[in-house]
Amino acid sequence: MTKQLIIDGTPIEVEDGTTLMHACEAAGSEIPRFCYHERLSIAGNCRMCLVEVQGSPKPVASCAMLVNDLPPNKDGSPKIVSTNTALVKKAREGVMEFLLINHPLDCPICDQGGECDLQDQAMAFGIGGSRYRENKRAVEEKHIGPLIKTIMTRCIHCTRCVRYMTEVAGVEELGLISRGEDAEITTYLENGILSEMSANVVDLCPVGALTHRPWAFNARPWEMTGTESIDVMDAVGSAIRVDTRGGAVMRVLPRNNDAVNEEWISDKTRHVADGLKSQRLDQPFIRKNGRLEPATWNAALSLVAENLKAAKPDRIGAIAGDLAGAEEMFALKDLLTRFGATSFDCRQAGDKLDPKLGRASYLFNSSIEGIELADAILIVGSNPRLEAPILNARIRKRWRAGGLKVGVVGQAADVTYPVDYLGAGPETLVDIANGRHAFAEVLKSAKYPMVIVGQSAFARADGLAVLAAAARIAVDACAAKDAAWNGFNVLHTAAARVAGLDLGFVPGKGGKDLAGILGGGLEFVYLLGADECDLSGLGSAFVVYQGSHGDHGASRADVVLPGAAYTEKSATYVNTEGRAQQTVKAAFAPGDAKEDWTILRQLSQQAGATLPYDRLSELRAAMYKSAPQLAHLDAIETRAVSGLETLAKLSGVVSPEPFKTAITDFYMTNPIARSSAVMAGMSALRAAHDQKLSAAE
Amino acid sequence: MLADRDRIFRNLYGFHDAGLKGAMQRGAWDGTKFFIEKGHDWIIDEVKKSGLRGRGGAGFPTGLKWSFMPKNDPRPSYLVINADESEPGSCKDREILRHDPHLLVEGALIASFAMRAHTSYIYVRGEYIREREALQRAIDEAYAAKLIGRNNVHGWDFDLVVHHGAGAYICGEETAMLESLEGKKGQPRLKPPFPANVGLYGAPTTVNNVESIAVAGDILRRGADWFAGLGLPNNTGTKLFQISGHVARPCVVEEEMGIPLRELIDKHCGGVTGGWDNLLAVIPGGSSVRCITAEQATGVTMDFDALGKLGSGLGTAAVIVMDKSTDIIGAIRRLAYFYKHESCGQCTPCREGTGWMWRVLERMERGEAEKREIDLLFEVTKQVEGHTICALGDAAAWPVQGLIKNFRPVIEARIDQYQARHSKVAAE
Repeated sequence: MTKQLIIDGTPIEVEDGTTLMHACEAAGSEIPRFCYHERLSIAGNCRMCLVEVQGSPKPVASCAMLVNDLPPNKDGSPKIVSTNTALVKKAREGVMEFLLINHPLDCPICDQGGECDLQDQAMAFGIGGSRYRENKRAVEEKHIGPLIKTIMTRCIHCTRCVRYMTEVAGVEELGLISRGEDAEITTYLENGILSEMSANVVDLCPVGALTHRPWAFNARPWEMTGTESIDVMDAVGSAIRVDTRGGAVMRVLPRNNDAVNEEWISDKTRHVADGLKSQRLDQPFIRKNGRLEPATWNAALSLVAENLKAAKPDRIGAIAGDLAGAEEMFALKDLLTRFGATSFDCRQAGDKLDPKLGRASYLFNSSIEGIELADAILIVGSNPRLEAPILNARIRKRWRAGGLKVGVVGQAADVTYPVDYLGAGPETLVDIANGRHAFAEVLKSAKYPMVIVGQSAFARADGLAVLAAAARIAVDACAAKDAAWNGFNVLHTAAARVAGLDLGFVPGKGGKDLAGILGGGLEFVYLLGADECDLSGLGSAFVVYQGSHGDHGASRADVVLPGAAYTEKSATYVNTEGRAQQTVKAAFAPGDAKEDWTILRQLSQQAGATLPYDRLSELRAAMYKSAPQLAHLDAIETRAVSGLETLAKLSGVVSPEPFKTAITDFYMTNPIARSSAVMAGMSALRAAHDQKLSAAE
Repeated sequence: MLADRDRIFRNLYGFHDAGLKGAMQRGAWDGTKFFIEKGHDWIIDEVKKSGLRGRGGAGFPTGLKWSFMPKNDPRPSYLVINADESEPGSCKDREILRHDPHLLVEGALIASFAMRAHTSYIYVRGEYIREREALQRAIDEAYAAKLIGRNNVHGWDFDLVVHHGAGAYICGEETAMLESLEGKKGQPRLKPPFPANVGLYGAPTTVNNVESIAVAGDILRRGADWFAGLGLPNNTGTKLFQISGHVARPCVVEEEMGIPLRELIDKHCGGVTGGWDNLLAVIPGGSSVRCITAEQATGVTMDFDALGKLGSGLGTAAVIVMDKSTDIIGAIRRLAYFYKHESCGQCTPCREGTGWMWRVLERMERGEAEKREIDLLFEVTKQVEGHTICALGDAAAWPVQGLIKNFRPVIEARIDQYQARHSKVAAE
């Protein structure tokens, strides 16, 4: 059903269920608002969006009024809505004045200055002066954790933060206490907020009441240059904007991408930025007498080339880390293949994923947006709240809409929505696969069933058998349903992983895998940002570490080649759905550090096997030839469930050992996060909280 | 003057037995089964015909309100009875609760049946502790006598639950009351959807005042025509008036709608202290309405329409009488403080405006203000009025508007006095 309206003289037809605010915007009339937010429930409390509706004696809050409730006039003519009358102007001025009487007007020292809704709307809709001569209200500061700084006197009580934490983050920690003009936003007993995506409340706050504590007083919004890029802290690939000033990354903000992160990012994505400044590798190093000593690029690269040329092909190995871009993985593989090497691995956690089983076998096939269709989800060996908070928020969003059943096999954890705990290990999974478990029926009767397999389920000796069982469940559950729906989903934790699998950065014929490379016996090992594996078994191998931070890998290396972090290069990352996206260079790598593919290009020249691309575009052209899916930026292919058949048919014996969690410390998952003081603070806070909880038990 | 035989609340002063036996002797529970056998729509029609208007303050026709409830809805229907009587000046519901509770219990059954509700909640004001006990006693008696409950003698399964509030004025607002009943913070909801569509626990709900429900039984027993024959056209029936303030004998009394205010005060309260000429102002309907001057009070009848024409209202018929010894600015300042204290803080105009109004009045009471601030204050009330989620904003604005409209010279004189006093000090 559609409804006819005349808004400011413009006749318009809108669908039933549209709010009057959206109808006005569709008619080209701007409506100011503070409390309304598209992704949150409607509060209707700021009263800034009042409009005049024919026949209504009072102005109407347009954000909360559905057009369904505006029937045509008795003579059948459409209702007339006005947003530019004296009544509306007066109402807006009145609300604006009320919002400002107890607001401190301390804009010069407020970090929100320049991007403040209150400032902007006061300019546009206010009266330009104050008639209030009483004392202003002052509100005590609240302590709600190291990420969010509060100046509660500035609060206008829109409750966006409360609604976000309750609805989206699923952590009911913020609330409005007291009433009337004494009403205050606070956490229970002023405890810190324990959510992996709490800092989004600062973006939501229309005023400067909640600001980012780590960036307090660092920069003004108009001094910074924004670069639209992609996050690599997890395998979700959230859309971000990197704000820089004078070559330094000042802050990371979310961008809207409905298909991936909507407009949220995790706290790690946002506040890892200070880790880009410390522990950086800013020049090459060569190990001399057991110590890493500064060296020139020339010396370092020729030493690497020398060792590479001297090594036997079957004794050359390479491991790609969690943050590596597709370009450098492609170039490294290309280079080492020219020396006959076949021992490659990008599965740093020891994952048993195999690109030979088809692309559907290692992707999140239902897609993140597809979660909103799902009506039954089986989570296997994963805590999505820690492994991919943004994706977890999507599951929670789906759960809030009603009618979703979630079952968990693995470690029990609070994932912010209720789950049926089915069992701890692979045996439960096999039971479900064989239809001996009640949850098999739930999945079968669901219209859009999903199976989500986490890293801890397949990064183990029997990983392939576990994957096969999960695939069997998905194939069975999807049988005779929507042909475009594939319910098998692999939830990766590393941004680099899918691109690595797409590029076949796995052992070739006769090549060693991760365990084989790390097991020793090699002469030359190239670590491309590989920091998350145990390097103690490399023995006497000549180890090259190329990466951005001085972390585990660098401390074992014989030669360290300083690379660029994700904000300092244009690189391709493929998220867990198989969505290829590119980061954009927002800043320069520090010191002598270089963009990663150029290092490999230079090394190839020194080693006498020059790679045939001089420019990034040429490298990409070659890369797209070997993995065409990387060329389709920001797109995901539909992947039929039939792509899983090879995997589902595999047989194997599972061990009874229960699944562990892939991530124990959310704030310390990669070298950039480990270098960040903010992340260290959050990690300590979380540890103290957990300790308090276990002590209480 | 209302004849004794036309009274509905025959134990208003608690002289008789408030229990089931006494109530039945006075006629309660007589013929209830007969009314229920007549059917849902008959009851609604009778109440419509009686012309009963809601006794909680707004005066919305009760029968019409009942008829808004959906008839074929898979969800359960609820009746919520508003006994959160917190309006300054109002004290009628407590007399019903403690002295004539069976009229309320019977009315609750009849109204619930009419609206096809099997469960009804009575939300009792937090401070009403004895009243709640008396009500609970009556409900227990009715359950024991199988008048209500499962498989009762009336053939309509009906549960009546008393919920005790925690003493917040805002919970008397119908949607805030539903929030509070659901266990949430008592903050009014956005309307639409109205409670008749989405009310308590998302189900169709009607919220009625105690008095509106308590008179239902007698309306049916004596006939809609009898009720409609009392009072004035469009303002029918009897009403509990509560007169407080500067009268010889403050009291709660049942009278015909449309009784002249002067007659009400003179006959039942022994007149204004110092005589009618000593009258300064009257707030005729509880603190939320604009006050009227002595001159206006002289000829006015106590009904929704006549008081509405004066820019005031009948409200809950809580008449606050103020003689010439009253500091009218101080009196309204006290009311402004009440609304500031009771504002829920949810929406901007009320949260910020009530405090502003109170602070300005604090100064005006002392005379420490500029005369132009009177207009400013009036504008502030206009910025609050009609811009809020619920009616508390209006209720806070109206008393102040009444003050400025009717007593502007008093405020100006107070400011002059203050300035004269202080300029003299400054000159010395």
